[in-house]
Amino acid sequence: MAEQKHKLLEVKGLTMDFGGLRAVDSVSLDVCEGEIAALIGPNGAGKTTFFNCVTGIYNPTHGDILLHPKGQTTRRLNGLKPNKVTEMGLARTFQNIRLFPDMTVLENVMIGRHCRTHSGILRSIFRGPGVRREEQQIVETSYQLLEKVGLENFANEFSKNLPYGAQRRLEIARAMATEPFLLLLDEPAAGMNPQETHDLDQLICRISAEEKIAILLIEHDMKLVMNISDPIYVMEYGKKIAEGSPQQIKDNPKVIEAYLGEETDA
Amino acid sequence: MQEFKQSIIASLWFVFLTFPLMVVRVNTMDNVVEWRWMNILWVAIASFFLSYCWRFMHARQQTKKQESDSGVEQASKVRLLLEDQSFRNKAMAVLLVFALIFPLVFDTYQSNIMISALIYVVLGLGLNITVGLAGLLDLGYVAFFAAGAYSYALLNHHFGLGFWTCLPLGGVIGCLFGVILGFPILRLRGDYLAIVTLGFASIVKIVLENWDEFSMGPSGIANIDKPGLFGLDMNIDGSTTYIYYIMIGLVLFTILITMRLRNSRIGRAWIALREDEIACVAMGIDMARTKLSAYALGAFWGGMVGVIFAAKTTFINPASFTFMESAIILSIVVLGGMGSILGVILGAFILILMPEYLRAFSEYRMLAFGAAMVLMMIFRPQGIISNIRQKYEFKGLKEKTDHG
Amino acid sequence: MDWSYFLELFLGGLTRGSIYALIALGYTMVYGIIQLINFAHGEIYMIGAFVALIVAGVCTIYGFSGVSILIIAAIIAVIYASAYGYTLEKIAYRPLRGAPRLSPLISAIGMSIFLQNYVLLAQTPDFLPFPRLIPEFEFMEPIAHIIGSPELVILVTTVITMILLTLLIKKTKIGKAMRATQQDLRMARLVGVNVDRVISLTFVIGSALAAIGGVLVASYIGQVNFYIGFLAGVKAFTAAVLGGIGSIPGAVMGGMVLGLTESFAAGYVSSDYEDVFAFGLLVLILILRPAGLLGKATKQKV
Repeated sequence: MAEQKHKLLEVKGLTMDFGGLRAVDSVSLDVCEGEIAALIGPNGAGKTTFFNCVTGIYNPTHGDILLHPKGQTTRRLNGLKPNKVTEMGLARTFQNIRLFPDMTVLENVMIGRHCRTHSGILRSIFRGPGVRREEQQIVETSYQLLEKVGLENFANEFSKNLPYGAQRRLEIARAMATEPFLLLLDEPAAGMNPQETHDLDQLICRISAEEKIAILLIEHDMKLVMNISDPIYVMEYGKKIAEGSPQQIKDNPKVIEAYLGEETDA
Repeated sequence: MQEFKQSIIASLWFVFLTFPLMVVRVNTMDNVVEWRWMNILWVAIASFFLSYCWRFMHARQQTKKQESDSGVEQASKVRLLLEDQSFRNKAMAVLLVFALIFPLVFDTYQSNIMISALIYVVLGLGLNITVGLAGLLDLGYVAFFAAGAYSYALLNHHFGLGFWTCLPLGGVIGCLFGVILGFPILRLRGDYLAIVTLGFASIVKIVLENWDEFSMGPSGIANIDKPGLFGLDMNIDGSTTYIYYIMIGLVLFTILITMRLRNSRIGRAWIALREDEIACVAMGIDMARTKLSAYALGAFWGGMVGVIFAAKTTFINPASFTFMESAIILSIVVLGGMGSILGVILGAFILILMPEYLRAFSEYRMLAFGAAMVLMMIFRPQGIISNIRQKYEFKGLKEKTDHG
Repeated sequence: MDWSYFLELFLGGLTRGSIYALIALGYTMVYGIIQLINFAHGEIYMIGAFVALIVAGVCTIYGFSGVSILIIAAIIAVIYASAYGYTLEKIAYRPLRGAPRLSPLISAIGMSIFLQNYVLLAQTPDFLPFPRLIPEFEFMEPIAHIIGSPELVILVTTVITMILLTLLIKKTKIGKAMRATQQDLRMARLVGVNVDRVISLTFVIGSALAAIGGVLVASYIGQVNFYIGFLAGVKAFTAAVLGGIGSIPGAVMGGMVLGLTESFAAGYVSSDYEDVFAFGLLVLILILRPAGLLGKATKQKV
């Protein structure tokens, strides 16, 4: 008997208006436990706006964003501040890499541990054994995360000095430091060459399988998407125009038109 | 040859530009005109040479930039020295010894100057938390300084509260002001943030000037008690030396706490906030709480050292708390290197002590100050001592080795 | 209700507002184009006034008189202020064009301090009396208790300047280039606009306007001093922000609102706290509606 997969994220009819412009029009999607889901579509389809609504940067005009952490009560994410969303277990990376350039690679990841640790100002000033232990743990956990993405040798480098592909991996490590059960990746392969994209492929699968983190990614690179994700959701002009398995999407005439149409326009 | 032409043109331009102000001096009361033709020569010569220097500096900056872009970044010898922990420890020890014996070697006048410099060091370290670490551009820091000073002056005047009672109170009141200022401006960034803080500080100053019943207006408050030492009666020399050592204590206290905070959870949150507020919040950091704590912590030092200032000068009035002060303190932080403790200390010493010791040029002090700000921003924006972050060791994940 | 007092305050407020508007235009145009608060703009205004003083002084001694002094002084002041503005941009701001926001701001503060002290040292720290150059018109006499000739001249000059500026921005080719650069600097450069020249021109125009304001104010109030730039600068900046920074009609509107607020506050409440009203207005606007009354709130792209 097939087990009903546990829905971690349930988005119902999400709509986002900016003044007169409807950037996202009644989009629904679900991400289940263990999945690597993808959100694709031509430029300007509203994918990043969708992400921004889910992660709390925008407050959606209509619709519901529901988070179902396993074993806990359901939370409605609409209008919550981004740090609260992250605290609840939903982390993200950015389309245009947003690292902390004047901090070291290790420190970037350590920032991710902030919401899972508690040393306050006074305690940090006195620096008792409890604080020192917590700091030690932060360093260790962060270092381990760097090992997982293959950046441990760069730990004490300034993050701005990393090559591009490494910076993207660092962003992922940083997001993972917040102990999410759902990770939103915004175009993680943008600007990568085929080898780097392949490595990223592997990394995402590893994260999904070993860390037990579900993933929703926005991507433009069809190969990456088709190889590793299922289900796939397709957006165009703010609306969802298709959803399904990679095979279904590949053969879907509406999807083909959306992408082909973009090519002839160019 | 091309360069020679450029310098000639620059020379002529500046002679033209400065002609009315440098050459002509009109006395409208006596209806006399004074023509200072020699100034043309000085301006011409100076701008001729300065234009060469300017071009040279710019060219040098270009090559440096190209080097760093292509990844060929040679850490200078000075920087390597600074990053070495044992060197820093030795340097600190030497400075400490020098600071402790200073009043015994030099006279009261010198001690007074040192106290002023040390006051600016603490102000700089305080603002360093708000601007240097958290990146919250505060152009009105002097308001906290005034809050502390006036708190002591008024509490002393009306209720006879002593210095030692008021010292922590000054810090607390500064903190309070910090939160009051910070709360309405949480959403603001960059330039707007700067201007609002400027506005706040100006309002504080104008209120102090005009609300005579409260602050005694422009004439200020006099006869403020100096710090007492178990009721001992001290003369000027003794008092000054006493205050000097109190200041040394405060500076050490400030450095210790700032260092602890800088490499702590909250310190990292502040830096993340400075580097990229959106990413910072997305990583789970509460923006409001982090910003407010930066304002409050920064203001704490301003308030506290304000008490000492009032005790040192025994007389305060609103004229000591102008925008210029805020600009000087901000310069100390920026010129010293955002977030760098040693940089702030050096910056304070250079900016405060140099004018004192180069009294001959004291007229040109502010002029040089303004020019220095511009030049530093163009040619060395990272400050005297640029960012040195904590380095961690991982042989079996040992405890952290360096301290920033 | 004393209507004549009200009218007097009202017209006085408009007069103040005109001056603020003239200076505010410089702030708003520069901010609109390169997102920089030109802290030193107030000093340009002050330099304009000082140069006018010097020229007027020389002219008087050499026997000129009347309106001719005003015209000559104004023209030369405008020329010099524009030159200073141009030089200021070239030296202190252009090298910092790609830098993080803090750098040009500090540079601007530094230039402000530098220029203040430059005038202080080259001239004098004293308050210098400025000759009342604006002539008294006979036809103004009947309403002299409500509005005087200087006020009229200021208002009329401001209106004419606004009209000329609007024509420049809307109808000329260079005005179009300025608007394009303000909207999208990179794009404007790509389509062939000489962005450096446009930016220089923006500074020049802003400085010229500030100089006109400086000359008018100096004649009106009757004195100049090296420090007048700071306060006028902050207030004019308030006006620019009030109306929506980057918006030219906004700067004018902001100037008027600020001028009227100050005038009525000083007239009906208390003149000591006059400046508090200006700063308070600034703080309130920035907290409650940073886009200003006419501005558009821009969302940052994530």
